[in-house]
Amino acid sequence: MKPIYMDNNATTACDPAVVEAMLPFFTEQFGNASSIHSFGAQVGKALKEARVKVQTLLGAAHDSEIVFTSCGTESDSTAILSALKASPERRTIITTVVEHPAILTLCEHLEKDGCVLHKLPVNKKGRVDLDEYKSLLNDRVAIVSAMWANNETGTLFPVEEMAALAHEKGIMFHTDAVQAVGKLPIDLKTTKIDMLSLSGHKLHAPKGIGVLYVRRNTRFRPLLRGGHQERGRRAGTENSASIVGLGVACDLARKHIEEESTVVKRLRDRLERGILAKVPNAFVNGDTLYRLPNTASIAFEYVEGEGILLLLNREGIAASSGSACTSGSLEPSHVMRAMGIPYTAAHGTIRFSLSRYNTQEEVDRVIAAVPPIIAQLRKLSPYWSGNKPVSNPEQAFQPEYT
Amino acid sequence: MWDYSEKVREHFFNPRNSGPLENANGIGDVGSIKCGDALRLMLKVQPETGIIEDAHFQTFGCGSAIASSSALTEIIKGKTVDEALLVSNQDIADYLDGLPPEKMHCSVMGREALQAAVANYRGEAWSDEHEEGDLVCKCFAIDAVMIEQTIRGNGLKTMQDVTNYTKAGGGCSACHEKIEDILIAVNGRLYSNEAKANPSLKSTPAPSASPVKPKLTNYQRIRKIEDTLEAIRPMLQRDHGDVALVEVDGKKIYVALSGACQGCSMEAATLAGVQQKLIEALGELVQVLPVGAMANH
Repeated sequence: MKPIYMDNNATTACDPAVVEAMLPFFTEQFGNASSIHSFGAQVGKALKEARVKVQTLLGAAHDSEIVFTSCGTESDSTAILSALKASPERRTIITTVVEHPAILTLCEHLEKDGCVLHKLPVNKKGRVDLDEYKSLLNDRVAIVSAMWANNETGTLFPVEEMAALAHEKGIMFHTDAVQAVGKLPIDLKTTKIDMLSLSGHKLHAPKGIGVLYVRRNTRFRPLLRGGHQERGRRAGTENSASIVGLGVACDLARKHIEEESTVVKRLRDRLERGILAKVPNAFVNGDTLYRLPNTASIAFEYVEGEGILLLLNREGIAASSGSACTSGSLEPSHVMRAMGIPYTAAHGTIRFSLSRYNTQEEVDRVIAAVPPIIAQLRKLSPYWSGNKPVSNPEQAFQPEYT
Repeated sequence: MWDYSEKVREHFFNPRNSGPLENANGIGDVGSIKCGDALRLMLKVQPETGIIEDAHFQTFGCGSAIASSSALTEIIKGKTVDEALLVSNQDIADYLDGLPPEKMHCSVMGREALQAAVANYRGEAWSDEHEEGDLVCKCFAIDAVMIEQTIRGNGLKTMQDVTNYTKAGGGCSACHEKIEDILIAVNGRLYSNEAKANPSLKSTPAPSASPVKPKLTNYQRIRKIEDTLEAIRPMLQRDHGDVALVEVDGKKIYVALSGACQGCSMEAATLAGVQQKLIEALGELVQVLPVGAMANH
């Protein structure tokens, strides 16, 4: 049976049209865009077109606000380090506890180097408290960085409002929007967002290409200095094939943006309802009223996520886990912990992230596959007995933790 | 994803001896705070012979935790309780054709559940002082707690010292930044590799292979300490002295020196010699202290 891919928040398949557009740039269109001869000139023209396509998807006012980078992580690092470099007298960074490691690990490292770091907590639904946020804004803050959409739960932060509040206080605002771009309509020129990161492989472009949007007149200091590429804001010969691919992917995303919040959302909702109707002791994580249309984060209590994934994989279904044991780290997901999800549920959280390439037939196959897998693992669980949790699970099983 | 052996996968997909065990007379419930996994091991022991007739498990944990639990029950069935206690976590991992370094704690959890279940069968209390930190060196599976304790216990100063004493950082070297961070946290600064470890402890060369040796049970460990001291005693007795084991407190081993050894100007050297013998015998870093030091705690 054809495998089912529902891990699109991790990465996406390249759209065939993207691959097709890229191929000539490995062969006849191999020129360096900086060269004066015709080999280079054609590449330069293709990059210009791609830049406009990215600009259009983001609703940026100028194409010169688009800086191509190698990935989302590079865009994030560039934004934060630039803000600190541009305002040496400001040493405070505000971010949130649920950011991607691309932001959190960097900020925690900067904290060791003497920066002051405020990580906004979130509530059970994964929302930040805007009053608390406002109280932190002052003239020592170099930058606020808040993700547009959370990769694990899909929960959206009100980044436009947060950017406006930062702007009022003269503070730079960055958003890691790698999960949001292509799934939500975005119109940057109507916002106060100064910088935004996106990553190609999250929207059906290849890996190894990212973008940092830098609003005109934002004080900027490059991470990589050298050649004049990207107007001197990101030196290094352009990854022309991938930039062209990203341009096509942005064009496709713009054309399909309605589909995300209608077709894809319906599939996601069908999946969630179908699973929850058949599996007891399961619930959806995150802000169900305000989240990405493609993401379902479902906690299956009293079982562990890796086991679920291994069994799903045997059925040809690819999803991911918010739990400890699938990533390099063993800790339960920092996002689940920040939302106060109990261990026994955080560990059993599975993320299904859909794309416009998923079908209803696939969704129905997943709905059929999940309940027996959960039942099978619960049979092994010391918290489970028969067809329900043991009574008072937390007391009936109290292991000695070491 | 993890690179699990075929054997791990097989035991995960078809776990042996899972589910509750009727009439179990030894039950051990343990968990690993590090990853939130937990395991209940149930034994049915024949009281006359001490043979484990049946063993079942229930596990809340990842694929390798379930596979380790399954393997453990297979290994110990038919063994006597005493034989079963000799099963090390490395034995469990070996039975499964190895576990990824990040997942070795799953086998440790299995061994601890076994100790807890046996203690429960014997009506004893079980507790474990074993502490696990973040995995730092993935090549040799050395965690942060082990590195920090070794740095403190031996006055280590440099990256090279840490590698010599624990093997951590001796492989791919990607963890050197983390190890340097621990060195700075302990010593307040970083010394270059030319600096030497605390000279007063230089007489204690590193047992470089120690951390990868299988861990002894508490019982085996104390027996080994006693045996080692027995072997040293004739030497001391020739000088009209003697040594006796008083207390084992984790890595601290308290001994009483008597006869000519007591108050001897060479007392410190004698203790260092005893310590060296114990480190070699146990394959772990321990500290030998005079019984007088115990009162200070």
